[in-house]
Amino acid sequence: MSRRVTVELGYPGDTRDVTVEIPDGEPVPWQVPDRFELVGRSTPRVDGAMKATGAARYSYDIVLPEMLYGAILRSPHPAARVRSVDLSAARRLPGVRAAIEIGNDQARFAGQEIAAVAADSSDIADDAIALIKVDYEPRRFAVTIADAAASGAPSVFSGSNLDKPKISSKGDVDRALASAAEKIEATYVTPVQTHVSLETHGAVARFDESGLTVWCSTQGIFSVRDDLAVYFNLPPEKVRVICEYLGGGFGSKFGARPEIVTAARLAKEAGAPVKLMLPRGDEHLATGNRPNAEQTVRLGADRSGKLVAIDLVQRGSGGVGGGSGSSGPFKMVYPCDNIRTSETNVYMNAGPASPMRAPGWPQGCFGLEMAMDELARSLHIDRLEFRRVNNTNPVRAHELDLGARAFRWDDTKSALAKQTGTNRRGIGVACAAWHALGASGPEATAIAHRDGHVEIRCGTQDIGTGTRTALAIVAAEELGVPISQVASEIGDTRYPFSLPSGGSMSAPSNTPAVRQAAAHLRDKLFRIAAPILGAAPSDLEARDAVIRVRFDPSRSVAFKTVCRRIPGDSISAQGERLPNYQEFRPDQAGCQFAEVEVDTETGITRVVRVVAVHDVGTMLDPLTSRSQVNGGVLMGISYALFEMRRMDPALGLMMNPTMDDYKLVGPLDTPKIDVIFLDVRNGGTNTGVLGIGEVVHVASTAAVACAVSDAIGVPIRELPLTPDRILAALEHA
Amino acid sequence: MKSDKPKKSHKAALSRRSFLKGAALTSAGAMAAVASLSHLKPAHADAPMPAGAVERLGPGPAPIELKINGEVKRLSVEPRVTLLRALREHLGMTGTKLVCDRGACGACTVLMDGRTVTSCMVLAVDARGREIVTIEGLGNPARMHPVQAAFVVADAMQCGFCTPGMVMSIAAALKRNPKAGEDEIRQSVAGNICRCGTYPHVFAAALNTARGFGAGKGNA
Repeated sequence: MSRRVTVELGYPGDTRDVTVEIPDGEPVPWQVPDRFELVGRSTPRVDGAMKATGAARYSYDIVLPEMLYGAILRSPHPAARVRSVDLSAARRLPGVRAAIEIGNDQARFAGQEIAAVAADSSDIADDAIALIKVDYEPRRFAVTIADAAASGAPSVFSGSNLDKPKISSKGDVDRALASAAEKIEATYVTPVQTHVSLETHGAVARFDESGLTVWCSTQGIFSVRDDLAVYFNLPPEKVRVICEYLGGGFGSKFGARPEIVTAARLAKEAGAPVKLMLPRGDEHLATGNRPNAEQTVRLGADRSGKLVAIDLVQRGSGGVGGGSGSSGPFKMVYPCDNIRTSETNVYMNAGPASPMRAPGWPQGCFGLEMAMDELARSLHIDRLEFRRVNNTNPVRAHELDLGARAFRWDDTKSALAKQTGTNRRGIGVACAAWHALGASGPEATAIAHRDGHVEIRCGTQDIGTGTRTALAIVAAEELGVPISQVASEIGDTRYPFSLPSGGSMSAPSNTPAVRQAAAHLRDKLFRIAAPILGAAPSDLEARDAVIRVRFDPSRSVAFKTVCRRIPGDSISAQGERLPNYQEFRPDQAGCQFAEVEVDTETGITRVVRVVAVHDVGTMLDPLTSRSQVNGGVLMGISYALFEMRRMDPALGLMMNPTMDDYKLVGPLDTPKIDVIFLDVRNGGTNTGVLGIGEVVHVASTAAVACAVSDAIGVPIRELPLTPDRILAALEHA
Repeated sequence: MKSDKPKKSHKAALSRRSFLKGAALTSAGAMAAVASLSHLKPAHADAPMPAGAVERLGPGPAPIELKINGEVKRLSVEPRVTLLRALREHLGMTGTKLVCDRGACGACTVLMDGRTVTSCMVLAVDARGREIVTIEGLGNPARMHPVQAAFVVADAMQCGFCTPGMVMSIAAALKRNPKAGEDEIRQSVAGNICRCGTYPHVFAAALNTARGFGAGKGNA
């Protein structure tokens, strides 16, 4: 049975009534007039004390009795045939308990897994790795796009190193460009970026009579479980995957990756639990990256500054695998009538790409927004105005206004027009988009115990966004209890199913299941409370830690008192995440403004301040959300100014696989960051909560690069903006 | 000594760390006087050594004592074992995190005689006789150090993997100067890398603590 309800969605200044059809038992979606106790107020993360004291147990911290330490031998050659692997000397080393071949007979990048050992200590494991003899037949290789795409290039697999271009087209781009009043064409180049999650990839694996148990650093416990069940030919219920805490992932930790399978294989071979966490260097070489891109962008506009055509020809590569497409922003941010994109994956002898925070978008946004700046200059239109003219999303229009005011765009621009000296300041603005509406699939259990505390169980995981906190806020709000009374249990495949955490999907996918479970639990508690209050269950509400009669709040009973009447030990209720229904908007907007200062004598760039404006669906927790925005902005600054996987084209090796040579943004590089949230009751689900991990990162790099270009008065076409590039750009100005 | 130990062919370059780890000699004075291997004694920090003597350890495990969070811990480690690995793998104290393993990120920061050190760059045998304080020594979830409590309130963490190191750096800075301003605070965590980009909230947590310092009790 389903019912129709009409809800008021949107945000103050732009709301509308939306009729949604929802099944019985599904709570009415949160809407504009709703007043909340917890939702939208800053709540410190519920597991904060665990993290601040070092008590949080990451996979890396798991210690089991009789546990061995694993290590992996990797190919030192960018391309080679593996003729033979001799494990005998490694096996003879005292303390070595298992040695296996991983089974790659071709090494296609320096860092590819060849063999592995497990030993009594990590030092013995390292010693044993050094004793493995591998007979390699080195081959020709290519580690740059140019080398891999050249005629006669060595094949990374077999045949061409170029995929067939993926083309998408609407309208007539060529004709629109031919008749455009103003147009530009330029090629924008972005580097390979590695994830650098602080907790490296890896797992602790144990086989026993109950099956296989794996503690691993993963963004998706259930997908790891399913992969391992297939690999070891076990029923899924015989595989248990646990990830209590996760030290970062950013898209690089999905599925039963080689190091997880290897840990389990070693555990099986040794007959003892094995911990295999990768050393830092392996992280840079083999666990994924954001692929590079060469984007040739053509934009055309009419006299009024309206875009008439967008054309992208892109090719990119992370190495031996992974999609490099970057067309998202070109299609979604400034949609015009004529848009054509062509994307080509290139394969080269380097570690594979994997999803990384808004895959394809930061590089696409960089190409698009730099071209927008160049075209605005040709049109003699203010760069912010040019974006306003071409923006079609009313939420973003509002955000651009909010941001411009907070950033003081016009005043700053006038002030900078008068600047003198060798330190040059500049400003930039870039627009974001994403589609973080989540998906059906997740389930949740809500349990009330006789002592009055509530447990939420959901088989999701926390990549650092504050998942436990988000789930606890939703449950506490629905049950009208303080958040201290709610415990979120996550990170175990024994809990109800959930999806991998990626693409900003966790909050919008899990919170509706939790809210539904909490609502069902509340209804069960109402049935216990009703006779106490002499009222019908349907007349009750749960607020302020009491259950009371809605029309006569003086008739109330404490939540804990009701829990003491639970006939057994506890009562529980289930919730499921329904498919999305009608929403306010199917996308997210957002924009970021940046001011930078460039020392034109040294080429060193400093980001001075950033204003980030983002719509977040229903705002659950401004405090942890602000953390995510800070992180998105800073990772964008890092990509704009510092980060680059450097491959030696002669040796075929990565030259900077360390955290001292691969430079990340640090505390001293951190600008003032102002965050403005637009709280939008979005509907679509019963919470209307959206994820924000991706959208807050999409525009950050572009905004900084636009500001640098403004500061030095030269177009920026290649990242990262290292001092040598800045000085070279100034020289050619 | 295992002099026939093969070189790691896949890591040909001699890094600072492999040099450090390979050096089995710890100097107890300016002049060298090599003790015989057969006289290797438990390497207690307070073992009397003649002036100018050089103590010889390894390559096998040697019993040592470390003073950690006010407690004397006895363990047996090879000289190549870092303080970080001794804490994590020999003593089961996993609050201190290994991230870069070469002193570039600050995640393994502990206090040694009141000063911050990256414990991945200190050999366990060189930590003998020093007062070591780890994140576990500052507080626990039920009884947090003021800096830890401030980190929670300001949400100075995301994935949390850099957090113990950040807390140690801030706690040390505020111990040095309880009224530290933002510049001093930034400098104190300049070597602590956070991939989640939590720095602004770390600064906020530290400044909040500086403003209210003295209210709580801490061991550091």
